Amino acid sequence: MIKKIGTQLSLYVVVLLFVAFAVFPFYWMAVSTFKRNEDLFHVATDPTHNPYLFNLPPTLEHLTQLFFETRYVTFVLNTFFVGALVVVITLLIAVPAGYSLARLAGSWGEKLGIGIFLTYLVPPTLLFIPLARLIALLGLQDTLWSLVLIYPTFTIPFCTWLLMGFFKSIPKDIEEQALVDGYSRLGAIVKTVLPLSVPGLLTVVIFSFTLVMQEFVYALTFLLSVGKMTISLGVPIALVLDVYRWGPLMAATLISSIPVAILYNLFLDRFIAGFTGGAVKG
Amino acid sequence: MEIARKVHRVGWRYLLDRERLLSTLLISPALGYILLLIGVPLLLAIYLSFTNAISGHLEADFVGLKNFRTIVTDPIFLQALKNTFIFTFVSQLIVLILAKILALALAKSFPGRPILRFLILLPWVAPISLTTLAWDWVLGASNSSLSVINWTLRAVGLLGPTDWIYWTAFPESAMAAIILIHVWRMLPFATIIILAGLTSIPQEIHDAATVDGAGWWRRLFEITLPLMLPIVAVAVLFGVIFTATDMTVVYILTRGGPYNSTHVLASLAWQRGIFGGQLGEGAAIAIFLLPLLIVVAILMLRLARRTEVT
Repeated sequence: MIKKIGTQLSLYVVVLLFVAFAVFPFYWMAVSTFKRNEDLFHVATDPTHNPYLFNLPPTLEHLTQLFFETRYVTFVLNTFFVGALVVVITLLIAVPAGYSLARLAGSWGEKLGIGIFLTYLVPPTLLFIPLARLIALLGLQDTLWSLVLIYPTFTIPFCTWLLMGFFKSIPKDIEEQALVDGYSRLGAIVKTVLPLSVPGLLTVVIFSFTLVMQEFVYALTFLLSVGKMTISLGVPIALVLDVYRWGPLMAATLISSIPVAILYNLFLDRFIAGFTGGAVKG
Repeated sequence: MEIARKVHRVGWRYLLDRERLLSTLLISPALGYILLLIGVPLLLAIYLSFTNAISGHLEADFVGLKNFRTIVTDPIFLQALKNTFIFTFVSQLIVLILAKILALALAKSFPGRPILRFLILLPWVAPISLTTLAWDWVLGASNSSLSVINWTLRAVGLLGPTDWIYWTAFPESAMAAIILIHVWRMLPFATIIILAGLTSIPQEIHDAATVDGAGWWRRLFEITLPLMLPIVAVAVLFGVIFTATDMTVVYILTRGGPYNSTHVLASLAWQRGIFGGQLGEGAAIAIFLLPLLIVVAILMLRLARRTEVT
C-alpha cells in the first residue's frame, strides 16, 4: 500500500516537472499581460522584487492597448479571412480525394494515399523560393490571396490522409444499401456517407484552421504591408516594431494561442491517428 | 433466371466502370493541386539553383554549378549546414529520452491526467512564431536586464549579483537557447505519439510475461521497447523533418546572429534568396535539405510496408 502511494507520488512529481517546463512561457505570457508596466519592467537584479508575483494590482491596460492602439484586430481579421477560405478549399478538394482513396480497389489506393501524405513532408523552406517566383508571376505578392492559394498545399495532403482513414471506417454496406434503394452512386455518397462523416469533416476544419494559424514562413515571404499580415506574422514582426512593449505583445500571444490549443485538444486523437497511420494497430 | 443473371452482370459491370471514372474524377483536383504547387515548384527549386535568378527579373541564365561553388567555400553556409545538424541531432536526442520518460509516466491513468496532458501539449499546439517571441521575453534575449530566468538563477544563487546571461549575444548561449526551444516544442509531439504506441500494446502480452516470471525491467527491454520501435521511429522521423527544416525559431530569436553564427540552412536560404533577392543562391542553399527529405521519405515507406506485413 505504502509502496503504491510512493510510485503514484513519484509519478506526479515527474509529470508536474514536465508540466512546469511546458507551461512556463504561457504562465509568463499571462503574468505579463496583466501586470502594470512599473511592476513588469523592474530590473532583474533586485532580489526583493519577485517577478512571479503581482507586486502591484493587476491591470487591463495592456489588453486595451492591444485592441485599440495596435493593428492586432487587423491581423485577426486577416487570419480569419485566409483561414475560412483555406478551410473551404481544403474541404472541396480533400473530401472527394479521401473518399476516392478509401474506396479505390485494392492496394494502389493505399499507396497513392501514402504518396500524397509524403508530400506533406516537403517543407515550406524548400518551396518558398520557387513559390515567391510564382506568386510574383501571378501578381499576387503582398496580397492575402497568395496565402489562400499556397496554404492548401499543406492542408490538402494532411487532410486527405486523415479523411482516407476516416472513410475506411465507414462500412461499405450502408452505401450499397442506398444503391439498392435506387440512389445513384453520387446520391448514395451524399445521402449516407457525408452525414456519417460530420466528425471527420469537423476535424478537417479544425486542423486546416490551426495549420493556417501556425504558418509563418510563407507569410513572411509573400507579405510586406503591415495591414496584410496574419497573427503569426504580424505579432512577432510588426507589433514588435510598433510597440516594443512586452505587455501588449504577450497579451497578443496569449489570446492567440489558447483558443487554438483548446480546439486542437478536442480532436487530438484523430490527429495522432493521422500521424501514426499503420504503425499503431487497434 | 438466365435474364436475371445477365441483368445482374451488366449492372455490376456498369457500376464498376462508373466507379473507376468517379474515383478518378474525385481524386484529380487533389493530385492537380499537389503536382502544380508542390511538384512543379520542387523541380523549379532545383532548376533555379543552377541559374543566376534574382527577384524582380523573370529572365535568368543557366550558370551550372556556380552557385554551389560559391556556397561551399562560404564559411557562413558551412556553419549553417553544421548548425542544422547540431540543432536537429541534439534536440531530437533530448526529446527522445524525455518523451520516453514522460510517455511512461502518462501511460497510467490517474486523477487529473486529461488536464495535465492538455498543459503538456500546449507548446506543440500554439503557433511557434508567437511562442518563440514569448521565449525571447522569458530569456530576456532582447532585454536581458528584465529576464525572469536571470532573476531566478540569481535568486537560487547560480548567478552572482553582478553576473548576466546575455542569451543571444554569444554563439554558444544563442545555440543553447535555440535547442531549448526546439526541445520544448517537439517534446509534446513525440510524447503523444509514443504514448499512442504504448497504449496499443495489449495488456495480455504483459500479463503473460509476468506469469512467466519476467520482471519490470525485462518486460521493458524485451516487450515494450521492441514493440515500440516502429512508433518511436515515426516520432523521430517527423521530429527530424520538423526541426531540420524550421527557420522560424532562428529567425525570430536571433535572425541568424550573433555574426551569422546561428543560421540554419532554411534561414540562410531565406536571408540570401528572399531578403537579399539572390534566388539562385538561396535555392542552392535550400536544396541541401533535399537529401535529408529523401532519406526520411524512404525510411517512412519502409516503415509503412513493414507494419503492413506484420
